[in-house]
Amino acid sequence: MTAIAHVPPTGGTATPPPEPGRSNKLTPYFLLLPAGLALLVFFVLPILTLINTSLQSGGLEEGYTFTWSFSNYWDVWVDYWPQFLRSFVYAGSATVLAILIAYPIAYMIAFKAGQWRSILLVLIIAPFFTSFLIRTLAWTTILSDTGPVTSFFRSIHVLALTDWIGLTSDSRILATPLAVILGLTYNFLPFMTLPLYASLEKQDPGLLQAAGDLYASSWQGFWKITWPLSLPGVISGTLLTFIPAAGDYVNATFLGSMRESMTGNAIDALFLRIRDYSHAAALSVSLMAAIVVLVIYYVRRSGTEDLV
Amino acid sequence: MTAADLNTGTGGLKIRGLHKHYGTFTAVDGIDLDVPEGSFFALLGPSGCGKTTTLRMVAGLEEPTAGEIMIGGKDISRQRPYQRPVNTVFQSYALFPHMTIFENVAFGLRRRKVDGVDAKVKEMLDLVEMGHLAHRKPTQLSGGQQQRIAVVRALVNKPKVLLLDEPLGALDLKLRRQMQLELKRIQTEVGITFIHVTHDQEEAMTMADTIAVLNKGKVEQMGAPVDLYENPRTAFVAGFLGQTNLLTAKVVGTSGDVLTTDFHGIKITMPVSRMAATTQEVEVGVRPEKIHIAELGEAPVGRNVVDGVIIDASFIGVSTQYVIRTLADAEEEITVFTQNSSTSLRRVGETVSAYWHPDHTFGLHEGAWQEAEAAEVAS
Ligand SMILES: Nc1ncnc2c1ncn2[C@@H]1O[C@H](COP(=O)(O)OP(=O)(O)OP(=O)(O)O)[C@@H](O)[C@H]1O
Ligand SMILES: [Mg+2]
Repeated sequence: MTAIAHVPPTGGTATPPPEPGRSNKLTPYFLLLPAGLALLVFFVLPILTLINTSLQSGGLEEGYTFTWSFSNYWDVWVDYWPQFLRSFVYAGSATVLAILIAYPIAYMIAFKAGQWRSILLVLIIAPFFTSFLIRTLAWTTILSDTGPVTSFFRSIHVLALTDWIGLTSDSRILATPLAVILGLTYNFLPFMTLPLYASLEKQDPGLLQAAGDLYASSWQGFWKITWPLSLPGVISGTLLTFIPAAGDYVNATFLGSMRESMTGNAIDALFLRIRDYSHAAALSVSLMAAIVVLVIYYVRRSGTEDLV
Repeated sequence: MTAADLNTGTGGLKIRGLHKHYGTFTAVDGIDLDVPEGSFFALLGPSGCGKTTTLRMVAGLEEPTAGEIMIGGKDISRQRPYQRPVNTVFQSYALFPHMTIFENVAFGLRRRKVDGVDAKVKEMLDLVEMGHLAHRKPTQLSGGQQQRIAVVRALVNKPKVLLLDEPLGALDLKLRRQMQLELKRIQTEVGITFIHVTHDQEEAMTMADTIAVLNKGKVEQMGAPVDLYENPRTAFVAGFLGQTNLLTAKVVGTSGDVLTTDFHGIKITMPVSRMAATTQEVEVGVRPEKIHIAELGEAPVGRNVVDGVIIDASFIGVSTQYVIRTLADAEEEITVFTQNSSTSLRRVGETVSAYWHPDHTFGLHEGAWQEAEAAEVAS
């Protein structure tokens, strides 16, 4: 690090010899300028505005004024804690499901696919060629009450069981928590698969051979070698799935009912229909803060520094 | 029970008729090996000759097409890798990057639920003087240190046979020499049978008690390093293990245990046992450092003597290398290494007598020089 200061100017900084020192030192800051400005305009200012709005009071007719009204936060918690809770439970369930589904897929592509590897990787991202909304709407057909999926699970009495746990109700899948969780899982699956694939693909197959030589069964080889070495992929996949899923409202809108509405739906309603901007902002900030706290806790717990 | 069985009673390895085919390609073509218990055994051969394949079949990582593999008299060729009393040191080391050195070494013991893991691991780390690095991760070690850990990680399981596939391949020359001695020391200390795969003949000769020279999936010759070097039975071995001179000659007869050949009217003799060919047309071999140079006609009696003209002399400090063209046949050349014990050097153009002891002579089949030359290039 210290050596950098003594390195003579090269490449981009070599243009007309400036007064020594000054412009060299400033160059990195100039290079940072576009990104910094973008960050300021598209991230810092909106958030400050949002926080500002969340502390205003008033109404649509009389106008909003900034009054440090922290009570907004208390209000939204009292009114919307069920949505809040659902956001985290649904997103959490979808993340776990996504790991369970994506891990075998990534594993197969990384270790068993051979020449099919690139084609399979393209297939993983192929859904992105169609719009998010269309794909989610397609699920309403797949899960419709008279469709084959629902009929099948109803006929083998799985739905009776999920009804009993509360995952579904009235022996249908659409407009139940299960439908929303399935939708979230499906929509964010590629974000789980790709980081997992990246962390598996770079593992040296010789390690498993060595583990086998040292009396590990294939099962132990997986849990002692492959899995811990893929944890960086698991962590980034989890973050990339959980964060957008917790803020999502499209899946709950199309695949759920009022009973499944998530924080995103509440924010949507407050902003666009009720036009209670200050409470909508307070709910947004709460959701953001909760996600940040959870993510920090998770990353700390899993100790990524050690693994990467 | 035969003598050979007794020989391999506990930790010895015996291989009979081992074959491995990949489709129509034959990687290992009928190998027989006897490795006595506690020996340092080297599998030596050029790239692609089937060394790794043989080793992997012993480890159980590859299934033989045919043949038997026995350790301590028990056929293990149908056992799963982890059931075999062998462990392997891989060329890439394959240390587990997310575990400490301690956990790497303890891995095998923990899988087998052995008692006293701590003490056993410490003992092994002390064997290579790396106890103080137990808490480090593999990436925090030098190449040589990683190598040692790879060896003790296998050794801690007390296998009957330790398999090493070019374990020094990734190290630079100086470190290699150092690690050769270190490995030899470890082997002597633990007394476990080591089977060491290498394509470096010098490495095999410094370390091994017994060497099997492999070529194209077959064992060319097996024996102590000195035997292989001094009495090669095939052209390939002669060429692969150092330089050699070969002269085309005819067998004219044997009396007692002395065999006499004729090289353009010059008698060249050797012990009968050192003649590997049975035909009349043969090649007579002698190593360059076994040959002495005398003034023309002044060679001592009782030696094989060939006269010739020095056509090249290169001074290399400790020794000088001469190339002599024989007077009897201008096509034949003899290379001679002489120690520079005197200060007077022979000059190019001098006519001299080159002589050597009959006991240093060996005989190979006709046309051997071409194979030997090819092997020398491959080595
Ligand atoms: N899985 C395989 N399929 C087909 N051919 C193979 C396979 N594994 C090895 N071979 C061939 O078998 C021959 C012997 O290979 P092997 O790896 O045993 O060579 P080696 O003696 O270890 O050589 P090196 O010194 O280069 O490591 C080679 O010609 C190789 O191409
Ligand atoms: Mg090899």
